[in-house]
Amino acid sequence: MKKLISAIALAATAAATPALADDYQIDTKGAHASINFKIAHLGTSWLLGRFNTFSGDFSFDNDDPSAAKIALEIDTASIDSNHAERDKHLRSDEFLHVAKYPKATFVSTGYQDNGNGGGTLKGDLTLHGVTKNIEIDVEKVGEGADPWGGYRMGFAGTTELKLKDFGINYNLGPASETVYMDLHIEGVRK
Amino acid sequence: MKFTHRILNDRAGYGWGPILMHWLIALAIIGLYPLGLYITDLTYYDPDYRIMPHWHKSIGLLVLGLLALRLAWRMINRPPQPLPQPKLLTAATHLVHNLLYLLLIVVLVSGYLISTADGRAIDVFNWFAVPALPALVENQEDVAGAVHYYSATALIVLSALHALAALKHHFVNKDDTLKRMFGLRKA
Repeated sequence: MKKLISAIALAATAAATPALADDYQIDTKGAHASINFKIAHLGTSWLLGRFNTFSGDFSFDNDDPSAAKIALEIDTASIDSNHAERDKHLRSDEFLHVAKYPKATFVSTGYQDNGNGGGTLKGDLTLHGVTKNIEIDVEKVGEGADPWGGYRMGFAGTTELKLKDFGINYNLGPASETVYMDLHIEGVRK
Repeated sequence: MKFTHRILNDRAGYGWGPILMHWLIALAIIGLYPLGLYITDLTYYDPDYRIMPHWHKSIGLLVLGLLALRLAWRMINRPPQPLPQPKLLTAATHLVHNLLYLLLIVVLVSGYLISTADGRAIDVFNWFAVPALPALVENQEDVAGAVHYYSATALIVLSALHALAALKHHFVNKDDTLKRMFGLRKA
């Protein structure tokens, strides 16, 4: 009996520690993560919006940052620019065509640490049925124990996407061909 | 035949009140459907991109008010005696009329629910604003948009059937159905 208990305990520790230590679940439940975008409006000002529903996991090991990985899935219909008529238009086949492409995904393919707590994340973004390898400039914001017994780590990232690269060809004018993504994720260690 | 002088309906025919409301709504249906299709095709830089949807919504809300008045009027001042026709056709006539009213309500309310999904009011010709109700479903603008499109299409098809039936009464049955919708009565 004693042997069995210690065997279970050993197995449990083995399963719980090194392999999972660096795996984080993005805290979308507590909404400590945001996928925001901005695009120029007529070259006059910025239009801001976000995707309200997404989920994902990442892993990050401070001793081996280049092994960092992230996978995200975004519900495209959750686009929210604070205007129902515009959101309806953005979900239509003239933009995201969410009926046909309900999900957008990002799966990392590599991470290059710049030695200053940041780096460049490469990965395949699938949006509007088109998959393209993109680069995201990443900055680590911080990490540490939270007040509720968990451990958290968070990053901010930026990238630019040309709408045409993803087959979204609606003419919003020459000033509005690029969408600037502003990404914030906080992960809770599993 | 001569034109009636009555505002109210009586057993023999329609008065000018219901006649006017009928034709105003007919005109609105005929105008708003193609206008609705047109505005969904407008590109961002089209000069009409902002003004046409504004007109479409303004007219739609005025029609909703007119429809409310028309239905209230109908309850207080009943339509004239139906003209004689076979039982089955009388039933079909009633069904189509009731469906036209129902579809009108669905089209107008769903249109309102698109633009007010985020709590924004709708400006009617910058004359007055109709406030929003709390949202009823998630992504209400999309749900209401689909309902609006399909019910409006059904309404235009049923209206065409309604018009054909009126012409059939006039030219085939040679009765007064169409004439009394223009206020004409036997002297």
